[in-house]
Amino acid sequence: MNRWLPFEWTMAVRFLREGRLQTIFIIGGISIGVGVIVFMSAMLAGLQANFIKRVLTSQPQIQLLTPDQVARPLRNSAGEIEDAVVQRPSQRVISIDQWPKIRAQMQAMPEIVAVSPTILGSVLAVRGDASRSVNLSGVEPDSYFKIVKVPDYIVAGEPRLTSEDIIIGVELAKDLGASVGDKLNVRAASGATRVLTVSSLVDLGNKSVNQRVCYVALRTAQSLLGMIGGITTIDITVGDIYAAEEIAQRIQAANVVEADSWIKTNAQFFTAVQAQQNTNTLIRLFVGLSVAFGIAAVLVVSVIQRSKDIGILRAMGTSRGQILRVFLVQGGLLGFVGSLFGAAMGAFALVYWHSVARQADGTELFPLILERSLFVYTALLATVTGLLAAMAPAVRAAKLDPVVAIRG
Amino acid sequence: MASEILRLENVCKAYNVGLPTETEVLHGIDLELDHGEFLALIGPSGSGKSTLLNIVGLLDQPTSGRLRIKGQDIAALGDTEITHLRGHTIGFVFQYHLLISAFTARENVMMPMLADRGFPSAEIEARADLLLAQVGLEKFAGNLANNMSGGQQQRVAVARALAMNPDLVLADEPTGNLDTKSADAVFELMRQVNRDSGTSFLLVTHNMDLARRCDRIIEVVDGRIRA
Repeated sequence: MNRWLPFEWTMAVRFLREGRLQTIFIIGGISIGVGVIVFMSAMLAGLQANFIKRVLTSQPQIQLLTPDQVARPLRNSAGEIEDAVVQRPSQRVISIDQWPKIRAQMQAMPEIVAVSPTILGSVLAVRGDASRSVNLSGVEPDSYFKIVKVPDYIVAGEPRLTSEDIIIGVELAKDLGASVGDKLNVRAASGATRVLTVSSLVDLGNKSVNQRVCYVALRTAQSLLGMIGGITTIDITVGDIYAAEEIAQRIQAANVVEADSWIKTNAQFFTAVQAQQNTNTLIRLFVGLSVAFGIAAVLVVSVIQRSKDIGILRAMGTSRGQILRVFLVQGGLLGFVGSLFGAAMGAFALVYWHSVARQADGTELFPLILERSLFVYTALLATVTGLLAAMAPAVRAAKLDPVVAIRG
Repeated sequence: MASEILRLENVCKAYNVGLPTETEVLHGIDLELDHGEFLALIGPSGSGKSTLLNIVGLLDQPTSGRLRIKGQDIAALGDTEITHLRGHTIGFVFQYHLLISAFTARENVMMPMLADRGFPSAEIEARADLLLAQVGLEKFAGNLANNMSGGQQQRVAVARALAMNPDLVLADEPTGNLDTKSADAVFELMRQVNRDSGTSFLLVTHNMDLARRCDRIIEVVDGRIRA
């Protein structure tokens, strides 16, 4: 008898050990349940991280834009009713008013990680006889590359963006027959023209985007688009990506800008992420419940099987509280031991699945994310589930009338 | 009376109280047991002997009447105090040995002390070994309960009943399931303990030979003590 084990633990361990087959089966059941939770959670975390990485490293999480221009009818004296049709005006490309001040404000906000002024416009990229209409982004590479990881998507060349350079999408390069080092003629609608050198080619993972994407230095774009000193958007990255919408709303309320978060502009994607999280939560809940019912069922049977032992223990002066704890400890132990095996099973299955499940191009389907916190959390959850599941049988055991129990 | 260990005054026990099926099984039992006394309780099956023993053992409550153990009125005690009193004052020996099968003989004897103190200790283990030696089973200390004969198991049960050095041992037909030789050995063992340590015994038995070897015989018939 282990001298370090209290009475309740000694009884619980022996009872579990004596009912070996029953214990093995329920631990097997718990292990499978916990394994499913670990596998699902880790795989979904990996898939989600992958999706988020793809979506959020190729676009800002919040974009500040000039507000919509609206026409306001002139009114006569107050209270006079007018009947007029107000036509929506065409939206001119104009700069964000006092943008350096707004940028400074954004940089001062603790929840914001990076801020970058950008100018967006449409231009014509011409090389020889080929010409394509493209989206021109004028950026400050130092700050912008912290928001959109352009260097990560470069497939040829280097992430250089001087006033004479241009980074273009791989599909656009194919269409224009251009490669790194070639010159491109960029023409704006106003007639302004610049000849720029292709410094690198990027692949943002989407064909139509790759056909239209062009990055140039901010000043180059400002001069091409005829907006010297102006910008059209301020791009922002935040610490908590799920707080982006709330932060955007606060920014919009405090400034004369329109703030769009990635949650708003990628509503479908965000819904998919949320649906995935909800599904995972539901799976965890139902697996947890089935584990709890399994533990409770085994312990209820154990209480019936052990009723004579309980009666003897009560006759010997064991309190109701001690009997209660004997069965609670059994529930907790089953949950804990099951979670250890389950975590190992889940991790093994995940590593195996990660090695066999590949994308069409042979790259991994999802990154392998096995965080220690997942195992700690699962072990804790399984142990607490075991304790809670043991509550009803333990109370039943504690309430057993010793006379009836001994008589059997 | 200074040496009185047990006193029952007009104790009644009824089941299904308040229902049409209410049945009274003990009718006004008066009983005293002195320290060091070895009392035999006899009577036909269904006469209420076991019910009386359960009430004396604080496993059951009388419907009416007064029960005093070592001068303490049980009616005034709560569940925790009753459990404590039972653990420290009363030892039980049941008819069907009723050892806990998951434990060895030594561990079964240690069990009441373990429940009381919370953790095993060398002292508890030494006392269990001493008691097992007293009942002649020191060589079987490490045997699981199920790997012993009926007589051996009953001797372990006697050793367990003595673990907390109780003032009173209640034995419910402890020899009822044993052959004559083993029954005699177990009875003699209890008599020896009674003589050596002054522990009182209340022995329920059908065996008149054994009953005659006790200090006093009380006969229960139809829930009443026959004078």
